Amino acid sequence: MTATTLFGLCGAALVGLGLFGVVVHPQPLRKILAFNLLGGGVFLLFGAIARRGAAAGMGADPVPQAMVITGIVVAFSATALAVALVLRLFEATGGASLNSDPPRTEPAAGPDG
Amino acid sequence: MTVGFAFDAGLAVLVLGVAVWTIAARAAFAAVVGFVTFGLLLALVWVRLAAVDVALTEAAIGSGVTGAVLIGAAARLRPTEAASAAERPGAAMRLAAGALSVLVALALAALVLFPPDPAPTLAPQAALHLAALDVGNPVTAVLLAYRAVDTLLEKVVLLLALLGVWSLAPDRFWGGAAVPAVRPDSGGALVFLARVLPPVGIVVGVYILWVGAIAPGGAFQGGAILAAMWILSMMTGLTGAPEIGRLPLRLLLVAGPAAFLLVGLAGFAVADGFLSYPAAIAKSLIIAIEAALTLSIAVILGLLVAGPPSREPRHRDAGHRPAGHGEAGR
Repeated sequence: MTATTLFGLCGAALVGLGLFGVVVHPQPLRKILAFNLLGGGVFLLFGAIARRGAAAGMGADPVPQAMVITGIVVAFSATALAVALVLRLFEATGGASLNSDPPRTEPAAGPDG
Repeated sequence: MTVGFAFDAGLAVLVLGVAVWTIAARAAFAAVVGFVTFGLLLALVWVRLAAVDVALTEAAIGSGVTGAVLIGAAARLRPTEAASAAERPGAAMRLAAGALSVLVALALAALVLFPPDPAPTLAPQAALHLAALDVGNPVTAVLLAYRAVDTLLEKVVLLLALLGVWSLAPDRFWGGAAVPAVRPDSGGALVFLARVLPPVGIVVGVYILWVGAIAPGGAFQGGAILAAMWILSMMTGLTGAPEIGRLPLRLLLVAGPAAFLLVGLAGFAVADGFLSYPAAIAKSLIIAIEAALTLSIAVILGLLVAGPPSREPRHRDAGHRPAGHGEAGR
């Protein structure tokens, strides 16, 4: 196995890991973190593809590289906006729950028996 | 080769290990620290994949500036963590999510293990016009010439994100400035660092911008380093965050995208169309655009980290002084 394949597989695993975190974590901040891991995995897949495309004296295909650079900047923009939204939610409600149901005060033992 | 591969294998294991920690850590703050480490390790992976431009961007923006935003948020959201623990999904849901994630990862792994042969590449086409552009770094050529529209639109995305963040401020703070939530000890190491580092950082940032034409570097990376210096001095209270209503600040924000757009439109008159450069001055134009972009990127990144304004603009209340500016001791 070459290093390129190895890092490509690493990227695939990161996508899976990030997806799991996005679905499972209830805290919005943790979802944002997981989403960034997922993005890092996608970028790494691009990196493996770029490395395979090494030609014309270049170590890697520059087009996927440029797309990843653009992607990192856009991912940061989205992260900053998402974090600002969560902080505003916290200021407005005193909590940071994405649960649309009204906060459970007494029936915590309801569905679980 | 074998030593190199052993290093790569170790690096991949470390990256995955830190990623697992980021997902599994109990406290959000620990997870954020894991994420910043993850970004730095990922930058090393990019170096191993012969993508040094991406490595610089990942270290500066993906790990550094993103980390600054997330750490601040994790500290402020700490009181909410206990309540959200009760909202954890049940075992069946976790199992289903795990199965879905494994399935997606396996599909992507199959793509990596059985790639098309020969590998598709645009490198020869990118190399074809490098001489005409007089730009030695093919990634810069793609970003500022071949796919310049992407880069222009990405700047607009940055501006839109900043507008989105600002719009979350309560009405009475509109036009005001962001005040950092925590202020470190004025005699501490961070404040010392914030006094010593910026002169060096500014030189490095400008160098990275300049060298981007021929070697790894460029507007994003240079801008992120300049932004980091500004963020450091804002975090320590050495400089206050600017009031967002001020005209000079607004002009700085749009300088980069506006210069880019003007050069692009001029392409209709003096070259083949939108965002095409006359060959004779292509390199000068690219560097001029990058210089303007670097300034705007640095200001936008800094303001995104500072967050929405949290203080009323000063002119409404003449006697009001920015919190923290005049207070000498503690």
